[in-house]
Amino acid sequence: MGKSINVALIGNPNTGKTSLFNRLTGLNQKVGNYPGITVEKKEGICKLSPRLKAHILDLPGTYSLNTSSLDESVVVETLLNRNSKDFPDVAVVISDVENLKRNLLLFTQIKDLEIPSILVINMADRMQRKAITLDIDLLEEELNTRVVLVSARKNQGIDQLKKAIIEYKSLNTKPCVNASSIDPEYFDNLKKAYPKQSIYKLWLVITQDVNFGKIDRNRDLENLKQASFEVKSENDLKKLQHQETVVRYQFINGLLKKALNVDQSQAKDLRSRLDRILLHKVWGYLIFFAILLLIFQAIYDWSSYPMDWIDSAFAKASSWAQTTLPAGPFTDLLAEGIIPGLGGIVIFIPQIAILFLFIAILEESGYMSRVVFLMDHIMKKFGLSGKSVVPLVSGTACAIPAVMATRNIEDWKERLVTILVVPFTTCSARLPVYLIIIGLVIPEGSVLGGFLSYQALTLMGLYLLGFGTAIFSAWVLNRVLPIKRKAFFVMEMPAYKVPMGKNVLITVVEKTKSFVLGAGKIIMAISIVLWLLASHGIGEKFTNADELVRAEYAGQSLSEDELNDKIASQKLEYSFIGYIGKGIEPAVRPLGYDWKIGIAIVSSFAAREVFVGTLATIYSVGSDEEETIKNRMRAEVNPILGGPLFNFASGISLLLFYAFAMQCMSTLAIVKRETNSWKWPAIQFTAMTVIAYFAALAAYQLLS
Amino acid sequence: MSDTIAHLKRGERGTITSFDEELVPLKLLEMGCLPGNQVVMMESAPFQDPIYLNINGTHLAIRRETAQVIQIERHG
Repeated sequence: MGKSINVALIGNPNTGKTSLFNRLTGLNQKVGNYPGITVEKKEGICKLSPRLKAHILDLPGTYSLNTSSLDESVVVETLLNRNSKDFPDVAVVISDVENLKRNLLLFTQIKDLEIPSILVINMADRMQRKAITLDIDLLEEELNTRVVLVSARKNQGIDQLKKAIIEYKSLNTKPCVNASSIDPEYFDNLKKAYPKQSIYKLWLVITQDVNFGKIDRNRDLENLKQASFEVKSENDLKKLQHQETVVRYQFINGLLKKALNVDQSQAKDLRSRLDRILLHKVWGYLIFFAILLLIFQAIYDWSSYPMDWIDSAFAKASSWAQTTLPAGPFTDLLAEGIIPGLGGIVIFIPQIAILFLFIAILEESGYMSRVVFLMDHIMKKFGLSGKSVVPLVSGTACAIPAVMATRNIEDWKERLVTILVVPFTTCSARLPVYLIIIGLVIPEGSVLGGFLSYQALTLMGLYLLGFGTAIFSAWVLNRVLPIKRKAFFVMEMPAYKVPMGKNVLITVVEKTKSFVLGAGKIIMAISIVLWLLASHGIGEKFTNADELVRAEYAGQSLSEDELNDKIASQKLEYSFIGYIGKGIEPAVRPLGYDWKIGIAIVSSFAAREVFVGTLATIYSVGSDEEETIKNRMRAEVNPILGGPLFNFASGISLLLFYAFAMQCMSTLAIVKRETNSWKWPAIQFTAMTVIAYFAALAAYQLLS
Repeated sequence: MSDTIAHLKRGERGTITSFDEELVPLKLLEMGCLPGNQVVMMESAPFQDPIYLNINGTHLAIRRETAQVIQIERHG
């Protein structure tokens, strides 16, 4: 058994912190949440030497310790709480050689907390190309630290970093900037009142509440606000924070004047050439639109092969279980409840993975910030921020991470509006519903010489409908909500980078896994409940279905198969679920649905993706044949009008219902947490469901 | 009337002289937007909003409203 130390990775966004984390831990990492909040917690293990392991915590990216968001406050909380099990033995502060000036601001703050710190200068492989030279000795001396040059991307300098971490006890913990010079008298009094605490730690606790409230902190600092010394007003504290920033930059600019040299004449800039094109007033928007088109085509086309394969594999597995295993309730549950239910989840793994793949590439390459830049002016008009584009685009994967991605929007009103409208974007849970319905009701065929199929165009139309509704609702909300808008907006424009395969892969695997596991649990539970309800019932018509049906059709010469079908459908009709479905039917009939679709809709209020699994479960109860879900749905007949149940009118009606309805409990829970009130999710749920019902009603009545 | 960042055209540069601290978020200061630091105008989106700048070596984007309250002394 070796010893283990805590290492915290801290740094500005876009410094390659995640690449370094992946380098140090490999796949030996886990992603969870900080207790009670939805901030992602990434941890991993790194073997430093045969006898020493490092427990590495990848803290959220932050520009400073002056917190203004939940993500950033996690960083401060971790660094302030010495009693926490996550408190670092050593802080590894990551900076980017091209943005050293800005990155050092955070470093000098961490140094002031007197935590042993190592300064990592990442992307060192760019130094030669950018004609950058550094005086490492001078940096180490003036910053009282160890400096390690690293290229996480090229896997250089990692061993030196590990060595520096091993020797963490020899690190100098003396601060390098004297922050108390901004108001010596105030800081003197502070020191007198709390002689045992580090002065900068006290300052952080006091100022944290200025920008960000409601944080639990350790008890010894609890009483600080009722301190006996002079209490500053919020405005004065803000002014002091400004001055603190000025003092730090004076120190950093002075230091880098001596230690950093950039030969501008040699620096060839890829950034400005790419920006010229990608931010162009015409080309910029066309390129963005083309990329979106590519993504949708990919989701539809590339994923259809694995999806067909998965669909028929599960149908085979189901009939295998039915024929091979000994007959009985367990086999029925497996073949008719669990396997079709599981199939309903597994089938959309390809699409989720493709979506997350594109989003990860756009983020990693630095292009996403350009999109934000291009869109801000337009989004501002609708009450949103350019930064709302990221939630709206990642909302096409899942609304949950999208709601969390609103945290970097500075303005509260813009952020709230974004959270409220994000669930309109077409999340991947809607995809299986869309795909199966489109496959049933939209004819095959194509335009533009076979490049775009009608089915792909319909899917694209549904995505645009989602975006359009989101934007329009934002415009309405911006006018209606009585909240003042400050319209602050600051965004870093990162350098362009070729996305690193390993980073992209880890993101895709992690996100897909957590999504499928999260949704999977709900779907499994619902499938089992549905199967129980569908295969049990009371009353003579259920228990004696066999004899009753045989008696009824005694005069007609039906084959055994046809008779079995009649028996199965009568049983289903008089099972528990049949009764529930009949109860709902009056509400859904005007929309063009039968009671089976009604059941599928009600169960998908837990999560949309349940729809396909539910229909699969309902339709496969009592059927022994090996058939895919799609074929079973195609064969369904409208009990009243005759003809296929899934026709153009009812299909469009269903598509619209799923486009608008708020059918996701997890999203409502996240909205509650992020807005700190049940009011917003309640409004969201009611408004969206009402819109969905009437849109579906209008569509069916007009089209049929 | 002195110049503000919003007056800069693409490729033009200046030195930040002053601004009203109430109207500028702390985050912008942390990114290096401080009196005495140099600012270069890189690109602007249609309607000159938002504006893409290089301030003190950091590349960042801000809205026109904010750019209009940051006073500068123009170079050349």
